[in-house]
Amino acid sequence: MAAIELRGLTKVYPGGVTALDALDLVVPDGEFFALLGPSGCGKTTLLRTIAGLEAATGGAVVIGGRDVTGVQPGERDVAMVFQDYALFPHMDVADNIAYPLRIKKVPKGARRGKAAEVGARLGLDGLMDRRPGQLSGGQQQRVALARVMATQAQAFLFDEPLSNLDARLRLEARTFLKKLQRELGVTTVFVTHDQAEALAMADRMAVMEAGHIRQIGTPAEVFQRPANTFVAAFIGSTPMNLLDATVRGDTLEVAGCKVPVPASAEGRLQDGERLVYGVRPEYMAYSDGPADAALAGKVAIVENLGASYLVTLDVGDVAVQAVVPEGREPAVGSDGHAVPRRDRALVYRDGELV
Amino acid sequence: MIRFVLGRIGFYALVAVVLAFFTLPLLWLVTAPFTADPTYEVRVPLPGGGRGDGGTAAFTWDNFRAVLEHPYALPSLYNSVLLSAGTAALVVLLAALAAYALSRVRLPGRDALLYVLLLLSSIITGTAAIVPLFQLAVELDLIDSRLGLVLILTGGLLPAAIFMLKDFMDSTPKSYEESARVFGASPLQIVRHVVVPLVRPGLATIAVWAVANVWGNFLMPYLLLSDVEKQPAAVITYTLYTEGGQANLRLLSTFGLLYSVPVVLMYLFVSKKYGFRFHGGIKR
Ligand SMILES: Nc1ncnc2c1ncn2[C@@H]1O[C@H](COP(=O)(O)OP(=O)(O)O)[C@@H](O)[C@H]1O
Ligand SMILES: [Mg+2]
Repeated sequence: MAAIELRGLTKVYPGGVTALDALDLVVPDGEFFALLGPSGCGKTTLLRTIAGLEAATGGAVVIGGRDVTGVQPGERDVAMVFQDYALFPHMDVADNIAYPLRIKKVPKGARRGKAAEVGARLGLDGLMDRRPGQLSGGQQQRVALARVMATQAQAFLFDEPLSNLDARLRLEARTFLKKLQRELGVTTVFVTHDQAEALAMADRMAVMEAGHIRQIGTPAEVFQRPANTFVAAFIGSTPMNLLDATVRGDTLEVAGCKVPVPASAEGRLQDGERLVYGVRPEYMAYSDGPADAALAGKVAIVENLGASYLVTLDVGDVAVQAVVPEGREPAVGSDGHAVPRRDRALVYRDGELV
Repeated sequence: MIRFVLGRIGFYALVAVVLAFFTLPLLWLVTAPFTADPTYEVRVPLPGGGRGDGGTAAFTWDNFRAVLEHPYALPSLYNSVLLSAGTAALVVLLAALAAYALSRVRLPGRDALLYVLLLLSSIITGTAAIVPLFQLAVELDLIDSRLGLVLILTGGLLPAAIFMLKDFMDSTPKSYEESARVFGASPLQIVRHVVVPLVRPGLATIAVWAVANVWGNFLMPYLLLSDVEKQPAAVITYTLYTEGGQANLRLLSTFGLLYSVPVVLMYLFVSKKYGFRFHGGIKR
């Protein structure tokens, strides 16, 4: 087990794309760490640079206290699950799982035994002499996990381990993976572009944008207090309301309505300042009748989220969204009032949290 | 609708004619060796046939006996096997290494290099290079040597083989190798455990292609080997004449059959064993 530390890590691809820009990050020993970001922001590059498959242009990679920046991938004592799993198509499941042991010159009998043991733990018994091509996506994913477990490496790197599974299976695999990591206690960095996955699985997470880390924190911190409007817009299954606001004394004027200054920003705003006011649809109290400090408008769209509804109000000429419990959803065209929770509302000055 | 049907009929009629055009020589090849006095006609060999009743001919094994007794016929087939197996082995080995490197390492001007190679390949075994090649072989004391011929044939086939194999290797995902690399496999282990098994169908294709090329090559062995005992079947075929200077159809047809069977068998074997199956394991 080992901590992973990145110091000023920079990767510039030949051709001039800066995929990682002076990145600093510490993943403590045993942590399940998620790297979240939109496609093309450099997540895969980061994992590959940690693994040693890409040479860093600048900065250092430290694993378990050892600077491995110039070390070959095979000697870094990390194991990686590729996005496409990369199971060897010409080997059966047992040989695939045992491959890392074959490299370590473990005798054939012993490594088949170990493969069977790890395979059984992941529910692969009975499939050990199939080829990867004869397995379902979920089974392939578990073989890839088993192969990584057989390495007994200091750290695991997963590149979008769930993105190839269908939606239902993905939820199961999510729980399974989290449980497995907890049991093994191996430092794990996993990459995803799915914010729900990162929130659900990670102990801590980083949100990336174009080669930069925009926020690091626990899923709760990142969800409740996004450090900037990029993270605010990226996190959450329903996007956060980000509305232009002007400070008027101890209230904010938002879309022609008056709301109190959020608790977290109290005393830190200047009168007349123009800001962005952010509040999640989940943190809005919705009512049909007039309410104090509400954003009031006409109901434009009502979307069914299952146990709740997402209501879009036209407030002046901006759209404001609120989540309403089932049974209380309004009719389209009626008047609606959404009251932001003062302890959950946020303000952003120049894109950064106040 | 009628037009469609007529179109179809016309199409299949055309296919049938084209097919017949290619089938007739094959039919001749499998029937003539078994007939007592082969002509250029296709006739069915039957015991007791050939007495004036059209389309049949007397069945016999005599032609095969004649080929067996011919001093150079069977040895020449052995020579062909030697030459083509040797060339194929060299071509596969060298092309695989070169193609792997070209596919995986970024070199400036790599594609230009490949196209130049391909262009050169048609020159090396082409007639234009015969004189310099002959002189080179003389200088290097490789004239009338099977090894020399194998080297020259290999040189001729390599560029195209590298080109084809590189294409094949380009289409195999890199993540297999990278995965093995992260597990600590050395470059040689990666090639042995991962790359070779993955590109085996490609290697088999190149081997078959090389064998077929050498098997059918007349000009090079004809020019570079003067000793009849070293000459392959393709050259010996041209010596099968009667004393009168006529083509000896008995020997020609029988030897022709013996000459084609190994290649056909090889195709069947390789396509059954390697085919073009791909087992998956990369999720797309
Ligand atoms: N081998 C490469 N050569 C040049 N540019 C690359 C290469 N791989 C990735 N990139 C670029 O680097 C950036 C980050 O890519 P990547 O790490 O794959 O992003 P992600 O995994 O977050 O989708 C992208 O702009 C991509 O185009
Ligand atoms: Mg990626």
